[in-house]
Amino acid sequence: MRRRRRGSALLYGALFAAGLYFLTPLYVMLVASFKSLQEVRTSSIISLPEVWTIEPWIKAWSSACSGLECDGIRPYFIATFEIAVPAVLLAVLLGALNGYVMAKWRSRSADVIFLLLLIGSFVPLQLYLIPLAVTLRELNAYGTTAGLVLIHTVYGIPLTTMLFRNFYVALPDELVRAAIMDGAGFFRIFFQVILPLSPAIIIVSVILVFSGIYNDFLFALTFGETGKRPIMAAVQNLVASSYGVKEHNVNIAAVMISALPTLLLFLIAGRFFVRGLTQGALKG
Amino acid sequence: MRFSSNRAKAWLVLLPCVVVVGYFIWGFAAYTAYLSVTKSTFLPDHEFIGADNYRTLFSQHRWWVAYSNLFIFGGLYLAGCLSLGIGLAVLLDRLTQGEALFRTIYLYPMSLSLVVTGLAWQWILNPTTGIQRLVRNAGYPDFSFNWLVSPDYAIVTVAFAAVWHGTGLIMILFLAGIKSVDADIWQAARIDRIPVWRVYANIILPQLRATLLTAVMLLGFQVVRSFDVVVALTDGGPGYASDVPARYVFEFFFQRGRIGQGAAAAVVMVATMIAIVLPYLVFEVRRREA
Repeated sequence: MRRRRRGSALLYGALFAAGLYFLTPLYVMLVASFKSLQEVRTSSIISLPEVWTIEPWIKAWSSACSGLECDGIRPYFIATFEIAVPAVLLAVLLGALNGYVMAKWRSRSADVIFLLLLIGSFVPLQLYLIPLAVTLRELNAYGTTAGLVLIHTVYGIPLTTMLFRNFYVALPDELVRAAIMDGAGFFRIFFQVILPLSPAIIIVSVILVFSGIYNDFLFALTFGETGKRPIMAAVQNLVASSYGVKEHNVNIAAVMISALPTLLLFLIAGRFFVRGLTQGALKG
Repeated sequence: MRFSSNRAKAWLVLLPCVVVVGYFIWGFAAYTAYLSVTKSTFLPDHEFIGADNYRTLFSQHRWWVAYSNLFIFGGLYLAGCLSLGIGLAVLLDRLTQGEALFRTIYLYPMSLSLVVTGLAWQWILNPTTGIQRLVRNAGYPDFSFNWLVSPDYAIVTVAFAAVWHGTGLIMILFLAGIKSVDADIWQAARIDRIPVWRVYANIILPQLRATLLTAVMLLGFQVVRSFDVVVALTDGGPGYASDVPARYVFEFFFQRGRIGQGAAAAVVMVATMIAIVLPYLVFEVRRREA
């Protein structure tokens, strides 16, 4: 009995120690973003604030300067949603249709396309940068919102197609056969039989694709419009390029704000996050 | 008749997907491979120069630094994520209460971007703002912790931050694997008086080879892609001591106007990935079939 208690004390000790590693950055960012600049400069960023102030958050949101622009991170935040919302809708809709065809209208060539898509999704994105730049220039979409919507739709499709295909493969084929018997066609079967069965996988896809786009840095950095760059590129730029005295408290608040959407999404819908990631993982 | 019109619609629906696969994925990859044997500088150029870009690449000290960092970073990242992730999965499996809370704490970094990860750790690890400053202010003026800005150890801090981000996924994969193992094992183990740790080490974990394969593949692809966390944490510095191929490629494409050479580096990245992943994959698949 005593041995057991000692065992569980050790167990909790180890779990708490690991917890410290994972919570430290969040703790540091939170306390530092509520300190005045003077306090950040005289003490370290890690200790608790003597005086709590919300000032850094307000400044980060609406008036912090990166380069010559002094509008805070709000415009970049909005720009990111302008890109992410249409791209998520398109990638999820197209992925659902692809998954439907690949699972329920199987053919040899559809299988080949799926395989090529699957292997292709492991190619490092760096290989796409120059051809993308060339293509976007041809389309007159370099450095525009439309260009980034296109990019994120295109490279979101492999993920959504995989998620929906694997989900639809598990649905019984009799559903489709019975619907054909009843005289339903290709699109009616999709919209009236298949789609109503899909809310769970739609939620998983939306969460994963949205987080992927929101957290994207490479495409944002390469193809973002100056002054309207997606959030991760903007925040990195803000931190790396502030002139004169570095306002660590404001920069940290900006990073905190940029982290909030996906963090909240995880805290609210963590179940779906985990499901998507482990399902997405099992395909590998 | 009706059937064939449905088939036609199925193909119509797949059309965007065919464009994505044929043009944006495989076409683009092939085009970049083609650029690697051309003289392209600021713009794509079609003058063929054979393997010159590859020769220049491997004669460059800074490429060798970036390339070997891929292996140092990759080794540390895999070792860190796997040992910590599997360890935490086992500990959580022993837990009777509070699993949900600990799981959330270990998993939340996964929802953050690697830019946020890199920036957050950069403040903590930076000698002028973080731990070193805290300890010095506390009355130990000689304390020094400057791995972030040290040419030898900067790449270690990159791995440290990346492990923070990647461990949760490995933990959750293995936790699911452990829980799927037949619970009768515990009954049998108790009768045979086998200690708990041996049940995990010798019975349960060896059954999770498929999970390990998945985990290694996932982490491996992350390693090759790693760009964000490096840029946010060290930006490849000091000098180019913590550069990695993904960042090298980006710099040669867009800052130095050496597209041909950047493309060669990108091809080497992919080739390295295939050279490591393929044998492991074939080995595991053969094993499973045997």
